[in-house]
Amino acid sequence: MATEANGAAEQTTGLVFHPMDQFIIKPLFGDGAVGIFTVTNVTLWMAITVIATVALLVLGSSGRATIPTRMQSLAELCYGFIRKMVEDVAGRDALPYFPYIMTIFMFVVMANFVGLLPGAFTTTSHIGVTALLAMLVFVSVTVIGFVKHGAGFLGLFWINAAPLPLRPILALIEVISYFVRPVSHSIRLAGNMMAGHAVMKVFAAFAPMIIISTGIGLVVTPLSILAISAIYALEILVAFIQAYVFTILTCVYLKDALHPAH
Amino acid sequence: MATETATATGGHVSPIALEEAGVCVDSAGGAIGLPQLCPDWMGNQIFWLLVTLVVIFFVLSRIALPRIAAVLAERQGTITNDIAAAEDLKVKASEAEMAYEKALADARTAANEIVAQTKADIKADLDKAMVKADAEIAAKTAEGEKAISEIRANALESVKDVAKDTAREIVAVMGGKADAKTVNAAVTSQMKG
Repeated sequence: MATEANGAAEQTTGLVFHPMDQFIIKPLFGDGAVGIFTVTNVTLWMAITVIATVALLVLGSSGRATIPTRMQSLAELCYGFIRKMVEDVAGRDALPYFPYIMTIFMFVVMANFVGLLPGAFTTTSHIGVTALLAMLVFVSVTVIGFVKHGAGFLGLFWINAAPLPLRPILALIEVISYFVRPVSHSIRLAGNMMAGHAVMKVFAAFAPMIIISTGIGLVVTPLSILAISAIYALEILVAFIQAYVFTILTCVYLKDALHPAH
Repeated sequence: MATETATATGGHVSPIALEEAGVCVDSAGGAIGLPQLCPDWMGNQIFWLLVTLVVIFFVLSRIALPRIAAVLAERQGTITNDIAAAEDLKVKASEAEMAYEKALADARTAANEIVAQTKADIKADLDKAMVKADAEIAAKTAEGEKAISEIRANALESVKDVAKDTAREIVAVMGGKADAKTVNAAVTSQMKG
């Protein structure tokens, strides 16, 4: 995508395409290298994510009103939404893990939405972030499975409903699909977030056309602005849906760990 | 892809050299390839993500979630209580309605009784008054009759006297010497006839 965009930049002199620059990680203070503990734009936007989460769930519910305010309603909605999801998908015995899943959901949904602010840095568009989230889910779910069921957890891969000769083949497929889970889990989220933001940036780069050439600009600039608005609306949808998908898949994996029998 | 990008954004240093050196940004500050895949930045993201997740987890599990759960439970309790109270009130209302109906029926019965009683009383009074009035009327009638008979008797006497006197005088005028006794007897017999 960057290649095409830059190719266009070469042809129409003046238009600047840097759709991927929004994903660059920069130190907030100074120009030094980005070390592990450097305070970067990642730190800033993760902090904003935390603040938004705290504002919604802690400040929003601070009134403890029987008849809730709007913010409290929203906080209760989030709570009820995820709690019901955990209960429905993973079962009642998954409720002890509810705070863990709620943490993942709140982080992803808030990071997605905060990342949609103009000029924001979207932490969830980085594969490093989503891969860690997915690995946390994968490792914890696997550990829970073995702690709860011991070797019985391996029954997840041994499908008793299938004819005996097929079982080893199915077991191989199941094992592969099990280990592919964190990959698809993380790439789905990061890919969606990155693609939407990059597309928006590409459209945005067409917007100043009217400054360069009034004739073409009269057509291209409004179209570009329209396209940005449309993609932005879509991205708002995607921001929520991807958080929802990420969370519900976490619940599904947790269900497999709690009830490995097919 | 990374190569072309760097060329397009005007990087003077060989991008391959930059990538080998672990640099993910070209001299103009543009991204080389996918910033997401830059290994230099992974550690930073992982560290800050872990910090963020730990903070969110503690805030949620210590403060937000128990508080929201308490609020929801409290609301559920309030709703249950209110429904129970409403049921109570409904029962009370129907009881009150029954009591009212009963009171109304009682009042109606009592009113009927009072009406009957009053009617009987009035009838008794009326009867008494009638009897008294009848008695008085009878007494008055008797008195009247007595008075009338007295008057009649008096009148008869007077007539008798006048008749006797007149007869005596007539006899005297006609020249007869009237015996008073005879005249009186004659008059009396005439008057009886």
